[in-house]
Amino acid sequence: MVGLEHYLTVAAALFVIGIFGIFLNRKNIIVILMSIELMLLAVNINLVAFSSYLNDLAGQVFTMFVLTVAAAEAAIGLAILVCFFRNRGTIDVESVNVMKG
Amino acid sequence: MGIADYTFYAFAVTILTSGLMVTVSRNPVHAVLWLILAFLSGAGFFVLLGAEFLAMLLIIVYLGAVIVLFLFVVMMLDVDFASLKGEVARYFPIAALVGLVLLMQMSLLVGSWQAADGALALRQAPTPDPDQIHNTKALGLIIYDQYFLVFQVSGLVLLVAMIGAIVLTLRHRKDVKRQDVTAQMHRDPAKALELKDIKPGQGLG
Repeated sequence: MVGLEHYLTVAAALFVIGIFGIFLNRKNIIVILMSIELMLLAVNINLVAFSSYLNDLAGQVFTMFVLTVAAAEAAIGLAILVCFFRNRGTIDVESVNVMKG
Repeated sequence: MGIADYTFYAFAVTILTSGLMVTVSRNPVHAVLWLILAFLSGAGFFVLLGAEFLAMLLIIVYLGAVIVLFLFVVMMLDVDFASLKGEVARYFPIAALVGLVLLMQMSLLVGSWQAADGALALRQAPTPDPDQIHNTKALGLIIYDQYFLVFQVSGLVLLVAMIGAIVLTLRHRKDVKRQDVTAQMHRDPAKALELKDIKPGQGLG
């Protein structure tokens, strides 16, 4: 019988894969954004699993808001990426140093 | 084990494999395609958990819009991905170490926690009986009632994101001829035309 813990384990593993991807592709912003999407998916699986096993719909509502914010973040992130590529001709994270921050 | 359990394990294997392939695949187009598979498996989980509306939302909004946006950007930008992949081997040990430590920390939690006694009494919106009110209707009933303000604000977030993305990427290229409707409408025949009276047998010169 598949229980709550099974879902939490899969979500935890997926979250760790997302972090692994961010560390592995230090230079490629597109893959970093995709890894962030994976981590958000893991969080959503957690929310829906808890919502289902506690019989509380609030978790699913919050999943919807997480999806909204994730979509907004992806749109803005990709727009900044396109802008950056036009100006610098690369998407290497390490060349984001115009502001000398 | 019932059919639902087998389905769970199938989706679990698929989601973890495709998640890993997103991070390690050399071609970013392949990475996006693996991401699509990961989100499809996530939608499968949602169906198994009884959240059908969110599953369809994930497929329609996420796969249909957000991931396709990723695909557009990957294909539109002429990026030399081979040069970006060059140092993956250098980062692999630290990435594996961080991942392993995190995984160990999270696995310590498995099985060692329990819900508080009053947890069930604290539920914000107890799920109605699925036989009486199906998932989509139940979600709609509380979104447009209890969570109405937050719902509107999330719409505002999307509006701001849309305007921001347009403002960031819009540019007027100077080297391309464009139609200028106002200038066309305000053309004056008196200024645009010049009539010359040319005598027979003579040219303009």
